[in-house]
Formats: sequence, structure tokens, C-alpha cells
Amino acid sequence: MTVSEVTREIERDLIFWDESGGGVTFSGGEPLAQPRFLDSLLDVCREKRINTVVETCGLAKEDALLGLSEKVGLFLYDLKTLDPLRHKKYTGVANDSILANLEALAQRKKPVVVRYPIIPEINDDAENVRQMIALLSRLQLWRIHLLPYHQTGTEKYKRLGLGFRLEEVKAPPAKLVTKIAGEFERAGFKVKVGG
Amino acid sequence: MNERVARLRQTSLEAKPVLSLERAALITEFYRDCRIASVPRLRALALRHLLDNKKIYIGDDELIVGERGPAPKATPTYPELCCHSMADLEVLNSRQKISYHVDEEARTIQREQIIPFWQGRSIRDLIFQEMSQEWKDAYEAGIYTEFMEQRAPGHTALGDVIYSKGLLELKSEVETSLSRLDFLNDPEAFLKQEELRAMGVAADAVIRFAERHAERAWEMATHEPNLDRQAELRKIADVCRHVPAHAPRDFWEALQAYWFIHLGVISELNTWDSFCPGRLDQHLAPFYEKGLADGTLTRESAKELLECFWVKFNNQPAPPKVGVTAAESGTYTDFANINNGGLKADGSDGVSEVTYLILDVIDEMRLLQPSSNLQLSKKSPDRFLKRGIEIIRQGWGQPSIFNADLVVEELLRQGKSIEDARGGGTSGCVETGAFGKEAYILTGYFNLTKVLEITLNNGLDPRTGKRLGLRTGDPGNFRSFDELFGAYRKQLRHFIEIKVRGNNIIERIYARQMPAPFLSLLIDDCIAKGKDYNDGGPRYNTNYIMAVGPGSCTDSLAAIRCHVFDRKDVAMAELLDALAANFESHERTIPAAGAGSRSPESLRLLLLNKTPKYGNDDEYADAILTDLFNAFYAEVNGRKNTKGGSYRVNYLSTTCHVYFGSATGATPDGRKAYEPLSDGISPVQGADRRGPTAVLKSAARMDHARTGGTLLNQKFTPQLLEGEDGIDKLAHLVRSYFKLDGHHIQFNVVTAETLRAAQQNPEKYRDLIVRVAGYSDYFCDLTTALQNEIIARTEHQGF
Repeated sequence: MTVSEVTREIERDLIFWDESGGGVTFSGGEPLAQPRFLDSLLDVCREKRINTVVETCGLAKEDALLGLSEKVGLFLYDLKTLDPLRHKKYTGVANDSILANLEALAQRKKPVVVRYPIIPEINDDAENVRQMIALLSRLQLWRIHLLPYHQTGTEKYKRLGLGFRLEEVKAPPAKLVTKIAGEFERAGFKVKVGG
Repeated sequence: MNERVARLRQTSLEAKPVLSLERAALITEFYRDCRIASVPRLRALALRHLLDNKKIYIGDDELIVGERGPAPKATPTYPELCCHSMADLEVLNSRQKISYHVDEEARTIQREQIIPFWQGRSIRDLIFQEMSQEWKDAYEAGIYTEFMEQRAPGHTALGDVIYSKGLLELKSEVETSLSRLDFLNDPEAFLKQEELRAMGVAADAVIRFAERHAERAWEMATHEPNLDRQAELRKIADVCRHVPAHAPRDFWEALQAYWFIHLGVISELNTWDSFCPGRLDQHLAPFYEKGLADGTLTRESAKELLECFWVKFNNQPAPPKVGVTAAESGTYTDFANINNGGLKADGSDGVSEVTYLILDVIDEMRLLQPSSNLQLSKKSPDRFLKRGIEIIRQGWGQPSIFNADLVVEELLRQGKSIEDARGGGTSGCVETGAFGKEAYILTGYFNLTKVLEITLNNGLDPRTGKRLGLRTGDPGNFRSFDELFGAYRKQLRHFIEIKVRGNNIIERIYARQMPAPFLSLLIDDCIAKGKDYNDGGPRYNTNYIMAVGPGSCTDSLAAIRCHVFDRKDVAMAELLDALAANFESHERTIPAAGAGSRSPESLRLLLLNKTPKYGNDDEYADAILTDLFNAFYAEVNGRKNTKGGSYRVNYLSTTCHVYFGSATGATPDGRKAYEPLSDGISPVQGADRRGPTAVLKSAARMDHARTGGTLLNQKFTPQLLEGEDGIDKLAHLVRSYFKLDGHHIQFNVVTAETLRAAQQNPEKYRDLIVRVAGYSDYFCDLTTALQNEIIARTEHQGF
């Protein structure tokens, strides 16, 4: 697709955003995997006064991210675990650049909502929660979305003929989600469960 | 709701609709014994005879009194309009849906008194006698329906007149008008005299009817052991002595005054859409404020009275319909549609505390009748819209939402004054009117898609085998889409002219034979003109023809344009062959050149899935919708009726898209023969695949300001509307659609799963109300075809 094709699609919903204050969320995959394309679209949106959100896992070159950040209305920034080994084990990459990028955005006071997917047995432990609260308090990123893991993607993996390695993992119990939400709230965070 | 209201509501819910021959017998008795008089006088005297002799019903707990029949849901017949045969009674009694119990006594009366007197003499008999063969052929083929073949013109809402004037005052206006008649120079003076005298008789008849309630309540009070109830009965007697003879003095009297007026109108004739108080919140606001100020009313007591009033509407099922009329409007609902909010005559916001009170009543009562709607202006506060959405998301189909600013624009375009436009609103399903000042008559539904079928068959109707249309050419020889569309336009004009010729006769039949002097008292300027509601008495006189299935017709035209003329991957011959065979393979199917050995079913899938469809914000399909809209508009809008008014278009289908579908063969959009057509202006069931915003964008490509109403259904699952967030989203969606000049939107909030379960176990889901078209209905009372159709309407999973 070209920038002008995407722009045409975006413009279809302008009238609704004028009313709701909504706008475009660039999501994925990973939008930062195509930084130049994203950059052009962000320019278009800025020109047309359309609100923008970029949903990212944070794995990107710092200068590319910071270059774009001037044009982005809000980042939805995934943070899975602060434990580098576990991060490497489950995502295949280390988390050092992700954390550095988050820190860079925070220092420049960019609007960021951190999103924490709660996955049983993988990143739902008390220690991870404690570390996240400590980091995000230091960075003064006070808005967090808790995203309880769900299995609605299982069927899609099947239809695509792909193996799904988390098939055995169940959704976290509601009580646990409430407990984690409470801990963030007590530490002064604005918490939303679900995205 | 309090215990009294809960009991009244339960009684109303549990009462089964039964056929009452009380009215028929009294009317027959009157006509059998009457002396000669002019037709309007006879009509008024017949009403008086009925109201003087019918049983007075005052139920336990009631505060607002008066029934059309002898008891709640005892539904009268109108043999002077439609004389049911014994077979009709059997159908009414035994049909699976929308039945009316007919007992032995009723059958006997019908057989021995009603049929011998009225058979061959009813308006229905006269209409069918006067219609031409080509009219009858097209009618029977399912090209259009005829609203007035067993029900009288009505389709109107009351303005504010009765809240400042009693019937006695209206009667003195009648006297003034009589005194001004000029028998020397005005050739119509005698006709006017008879009409005006009839109005006077009708006013007295309804005043007397109210007095009979006063007498009955007083008498009941003397035997009433419970002192509280005794006091209530005495109060009821006081109220009924005062209204509607005099203007109401308080909130209670205002409601009771309207109710007697309502009963007068629906007893006089079986007017379509019964009758409607229109801007109820605005009419009641002064009485509410006064009552609160002088301490005679509290919010709670006002709510109780309103709820007692609500039950009254629910006690009056629609008069029994048979034949095509039953198919086009298969419901107990009689379409009284309460307007809330909107604008005042001076253009300011009409939302008041009474509006919120009424919304609470709607929320608590959850009754099929009356219908209710929000008239949402850009001036209306969000609180009003959001309170409405709180009720909507509970999923029983009310209230629907109208664009009040656009309604005003529609009325202005038709030539109404700005005050009359702002005092107007919508009644019935979605019909725009100047309340209290206009006769806006729906004359019948029109099957856009059937006309395309006939065009594709060069004037022949494949179902009946009759040549109904013009010979506009063998479609195989059309070289362009424009040629096809040109042929379609010729057929459209042909059938609309047949319909209008018929209307012009039917309209005169009602004007001459079936005037409505009581209704005429209430609608400006019938008294001043000395003319009847059915004869051009109102200030404005509009006729509508209602287009059905723009979605189906657009998609069918788009399929032909796309595949036959643009992509050229389907030959016209192959398409016509497949349509004739209902997309089923049979040996005689000859594969068209280049089509290889494609089966009719794979052609159908191509048409269904690889074709631009209306409802997806797709310019290709939507441009065809616009052309279709303009073609229908050009043929209808501005034609003159016989009452000094004009024809206009609107777009709604009630349940007629199912009936019209059952008369229409397979269509080029991939629809199989006899399946329902698209409803209202909604996309074809399941054709919209780009979410609700795309549907709204497509629907708004139609120029709603040039209609007198359009109807758009959307269905959501409850999950989508959870929380404040859900309310906000729906509010934004509605406001956006109205910014695009959409006329109306309504929501079904249920899961398809729930609906399927209800289909399997109706007994468990008796209370499930769904939005059908311009109204809500009990899901279990719908035919299986309509149930399936509602299930098939796209269930939106996300915005």
C-alpha cells in the first residue's frame, strides 16, 4: 500500500473523530519496523490535525524512535518483563534497548501509556510487578494498561497452520488482575484493565 | 414503579388480544336504523351512537381511564371499512402470529349481523371495485401495497391545541366558521356546513363519553369499601367532568384529556398509526412546573400518572389486519410514537425535566406500546442522548433516535413555516410531519427490486407470467449500464403512475364516503376551511410512497454494472439464466461464452462476494444508490394529490421487505428467490463488512433532506456498549451520523446466539423485544422468516 492509499482509508473516518476526539492508532505487527512509511503517515496526520497513537514493543533504533516521537500524539508502549533473561527466553530478544528507548521518551516528557500484558507463569509474579512499579515511578510514567492474557488468538494460529506455544496457558484469574491493579494504584498509577 | 403501576402493567401484559364485535354491532345498528343525512353528519352520529352505548371500563387501580373496547386488548373491528369474512375470522383466530381470539358469540354476531349488512358495501369492497385491472395485477404481483384498503388515512400526531382549548371552545370555533358560510357565492357552502355540523356533533359525542366515565366512577365510588380508592374514583369523576370539554388545569387532567381525544380518534376510524400526542414532554412541561410550584404534584406522582397513561397505549393492539396489509405490517403495535426533546417553536432546546421523567417512565415500563424516540438536535444536551442510550443498550428496542435539525429542514423544504416545522417531529415509524397541522398519508410501499426484475424480463413478471411492465428491450441487447438504467427508470415511472392513479381514486373515496369529523376538529385548519381531514382540510396535505429495498436494488444494479459491463466476466445471458433457475443447476443451463463451465452456484458466490456492495463506504456501489434515489425521487416528488398537496418519498419497510421478498425472484446481488429484501435503508443482511461507520457513511450518501424519513437499523451485542465508554461511543456514532444529515437510527442490542435460543425455546424468551423496523416487537411474535432475517442482520462486533 502507498501512503496516499492509507491516507484515503484514514480520511474515511474523519467525521467520526471530529465528534469523538478519536484518531489513528498505528499498530502492528510493529509500526516502527517501517519507520519511513510511518513517518510519512504521521506527517499527513499532523497536516490534517488527526490525533495519532503508535502502539509499539519498543524494539527500535533510538534515533528513529526519537525522530518520530515529535509527531506522535501518544505511545502505547509494551512492557513485558524487566528480567533480561526471561525477556530473551520468551521474546527472542534482550530488553536493554527497549528499556533505554522508554527512558529516552520519558526524559523528553513524551506522552506514554505503558501496557503490561499479564501472562500466567511468565510475567505475573510479584517480583516483576515490584520492579515495574519501581522503574515506572522513577520515569514518572503514571499511566498503565493491564492486559490480561486471553486465548482468542489460538484459533487464528490454527487457521494459519502455525504452532501456538502458549496453548496451555490460561487467562489469569480475575483476583490476580485485581490484586496487581491495586498495587499499581497504591503506588499512584492511573490503571486501566483492558486496552 | 410503584405497586399500583406494577399491577396495571402486569394486567396489560397478561391480557390476550381478543376480537370485540361491540363496535361493529353498534355501528351496524346505527346505519341500519339511521335517517337520511349527509355523509359527514352520519359519520359523527355513528360515533355518537357508539360512544353513547359502548361499555364503560374503569379497571382496578386505574387513574387514567377509558378503553377503546369493552376491556383492555378487546380490539374492535371497522366493518364500514373492512368487513371480515368468516374465513378471515378463522385466520385471525388461528394464525400463529399476531392472532386475535374470536369467540363463538363474536362469530355469531359477524355471521348474522355484520356480514349481511356490510358485505359488498365496505370501503374495501369499493376500492377493489374501482381499481383498474393493471392496478390489481401490479398489486397482486407485489410491486406495491395499498395502505387504505382496510385502514383509514391517519398517520398524524396532535399538536398543542387541546392543552389550551377544551372541545367546547373548539366547538365555538366551529360555530363561528358556520356563521361565516356564504351560501350566495360559495358553491361548497353546503358541503362545508355539513362537515362543520358533523364536527360539532363529534365534539359533543366525546364530551358525553367522558361524562359517562365520570358517572361510572362516581357510582363505583359509592360502592367502594376502600376509602383511598373511593377518593381516587371521585377524583377521576372530577377530572372526566372537566376534560376534554374544557382545557386541562393540571398534569392529571392534561393526560386524561389527551387520552379521551386519542380514544375518540381511534374509535371514529381505524386510522393508521392510531394517533399520537407528539411532543408530549413539551405539552406537559407547563403543567408539571405549575404542579410542583403549587404543591399539587411531585416528581413521583407525575411519574405514576404517566405510567398509568403508558399502560393505556399498551391496552390497544392494532386493529386486526388481514391479507397484504397483515404481511406489510405484521404487528400488534399501532405506532403511537412519543417524541422527546427536539426544538421549541422559537428554535430553543426542547429538553426539560419532563423529558427526563418520561425517559425514566420508558425505562421502567418496557412496554411494546407506546413507541418512543429521542428528537436529537445539535442543541440537545449530551445528558439527554446518554440517558436515552442507557435505555437503548438494555436491548428491548426503544427509544429510537431522530435528527431533529434535519426533520426541521425536511419540513421547511416541503414548504412549511419555521414554527410549524419546529413543532413537528416524527410519528409512526420514521415519518416526518407538522404535528397538529398536517395530513401526511402513507399510501403504500413500493418494491424497487421487483421493478428491476421486471426490467430484466422486458416487462414480464416471471412469477405470475403476466406482462405487467413496458417492453423496454431485451436486456441482452443493452450495450451499457446506462441503457439498462434508462429502461429501469421507464418501468419505475410506469408503475408509480399506476399507483398514483389508484391513489387519486382512493383518496376521493375517503374524502366523499369516509370523512373523519372528530379528527378534523383537532388538526389546523380544518375548522377554518370547513373541510375534512380526508379532504384537504389540514394546513398541509402530503402523500408518501415508501421505497423498499434500496440496499437490495443497489447491490443488484452494482452487480450488473460491475460484472456484465465493467469487468465483463459475466455475460448478461448467463446471469439471466441463473436468475431464472434461482441459481440452481439444471440441464438446460447453457454456459455463456467465456464463462467456461461455471456452475450457477459459483456465479452466485462471485456476485455475493466479489462485487461492490452498498454499506461499505464504497463509492462504486454508493454512486448507484444515489442514482437510484434520484430516479425514485424524480418520479414521485412534486406530483400533485387530489387535496392540494404533493407527493414525497420516504424510505421505510416495517415488515414489508419480507413480503416483497416473498414476491421477488432471485436477484443479481446473489439473493435467492423469495428471501427477504434489505430493510429500511440498511445494507443487505450481511453485505456490510466494514463496520458501522462505513454503513453510516454509505447511508448518508442518500440525500435525507429530500425525504420525509428514512430508517436505519444497526445491531450491536451488549458487550460493545458496556460502561460509560460504551455509552460515549454510541453517542459519538449517533452525533456523527446526524452531522452527515442522517434522519434516523435505531439499535438492536442482542446477540445472534440469544436470538437463536429464543427461536428454539420461545417460551423462555417471551419478553424478548427486538427492534424490527420503525418499531419494536416481541421476537416470538414474529414469523420465522422475519426472525431469521433479524438474526442475519449483521451483528457488529466492533466500531
